[in-house]
Amino acid sequence: MQIHVAGENALIVYFDDKVSGETTARIQHTAQVLRPHIGNTIIDLVPSYASLLVVFDALKTDHLFVRQLIRLAYIEGENANIESQQKIVRLPVYYGEEVTPDLNSIAQKNNLTSEQIIELHQAQTYQVYAIGFAPGFAYLGETDERIAMPRLSTPRKKVPKGAVAIADRQTAIYPAQSPGGWNLIGACPIPMFNPKAEPSMPLQTGDGVQFYAINKQEFLELDGDITQWEALA
Amino acid sequence: MMPIIEIIQPGVLSLIQDVGRYGQHHLGLTTGGPLDPLAFKWANRLVGNDENVSVIEATVGGLKFKTHCETQVAVTGATVDVKVNGQLLPQWQTLNLKTQDVVELGYATQGCRIYIAFASGFKITQQFNSTSTVVREGIGGLDGKPLQAGNTFTLNHSMKESAQYVLPNDAQPVYENSVTLRLIPGYQDHQFSRHQQRMFFYHEYTVSDLCDRMGYRLTGPKVHCEIEGILSEGICLGAVQVPKDGQPIVLMNDRQTIGGYPKIGSVLSLDLAKLAQLTSGGKVKFEPITIDHAHNLLALAQYKYNQQTLVELK
Repeated sequence: MQIHVAGENALIVYFDDKVSGETTARIQHTAQVLRPHIGNTIIDLVPSYASLLVVFDALKTDHLFVRQLIRLAYIEGENANIESQQKIVRLPVYYGEEVTPDLNSIAQKNNLTSEQIIELHQAQTYQVYAIGFAPGFAYLGETDERIAMPRLSTPRKKVPKGAVAIADRQTAIYPAQSPGGWNLIGACPIPMFNPKAEPSMPLQTGDGVQFYAINKQEFLELDGDITQWEALA
Repeated sequence: MMPIIEIIQPGVLSLIQDVGRYGQHHLGLTTGGPLDPLAFKWANRLVGNDENVSVIEATVGGLKFKTHCETQVAVTGATVDVKVNGQLLPQWQTLNLKTQDVVELGYATQGCRIYIAFASGFKITQQFNSTSTVVREGIGGLDGKPLQAGNTFTLNHSMKESAQYVLPNDAQPVYENSVTLRLIPGYQDHQFSRHQQRMFFYHEYTVSDLCDRMGYRLTGPKVHCEIEGILSEGICLGAVQVPKDGQPIVLMNDRQTIGGYPKIGSVLSLDLAKLAQLTSGGKVKFEPITIDHAHNLLALAQYKYNQQTLVELK
């Protein structure tokens, strides 16, 4: 663990130089211990792949005190039982033809059938490595390398809300309609970000995520919106 | 009668802003908030508000509104013509408005961020503990959008006080076309060679056309970083990222919360506000300072702000 200066009121904690489930869990634990300080000495926390940004109130405290706070939180996290506390969130995905424009190209590139890609996508528990890019956008990893796919060379101007997508060995659900260059392989009817709901997101960094297939009927019953996909085609 | 303000024309870009949205980065929500916090605070103080009352941040100008109640207003920030029913009135002081007054801003001649505070403030529902508008996220203000013609806002109260104050001339910020940004080296600074760092701190950069509430892209001599990308990580206010093309981008209030470009450090917030007042063509130089020095400067600025008194107009 290394602590670097990020800015006048921010320190960045590097847990490791690579991504792993264990690192994510360690970051999450340290963040959990620090979270109660938000509103007092700490202003904000940004957990990511292998780091945690700690923003503090420079008029109330200084970086030396915050470094100490981080070290103590890290040690406390070290003693916690990490494995047993992970929350697993199961999310339904509709993999029908009208919502999978990039499924064929992934299958072709990896010499598999579309059915196999869909199966492999559901076969494992992903971890939420980071949340960012847009409110509620959770980076999930890592996918089976047989379904990995580079980003589109030309991003789409409008990716539908709820689109399930793959970029390299990461998968994600678009929380709102937005431009995007990830490969689309399904649609999830569960809102990823709803400012009016509490909590506003079903996921947080460090959670485990599993996908399971649903049919169109079930997708629509869960308030899935198919109309925005018609515009895509 | 409800104390109402009616927007007649929104101008170039007018946004509701309070002090900003904090403690929500874990959801991917950015900070928002006023790009020039000092001008924002003075606007509120001139009309007797607390520091975190929602105001309008108008970029460049062109805003026009009508009052449907008596109220007090103060216009701070960038230098701009303020006309009340066609009559030119000063900035950096409390203005008393009657009902049916029409207030119109011209276009900024020095700086580009203007703050308009109303006594008692707007009645606006907070989202994630803040009213700050972030258009990219569709959060804050009215439905996450910039002000539009026909919008109406209710004030918490109509006028209670009629005392007027002015911030003395020598205490008003001066917005220059060329600024020095003090920068705290950090993040991946060690991935920039000594030579590259010296070049970065020596040369002058120009604000490009790509400058908005998210970030200010600068043009100038290339800065080379030993690495092209990093694992995406949290980005703090004022962080200076250097993509492969070597042209630095200073990240502002509406920045993305995580990103994967290397960063050389972060600009002192006091100077970031000066950068935010620049438009394309503005000149920028960087100067390194330590984090301890930065803390001293912040404490000093806060002390000066607290000591500074307003003068009552008789």
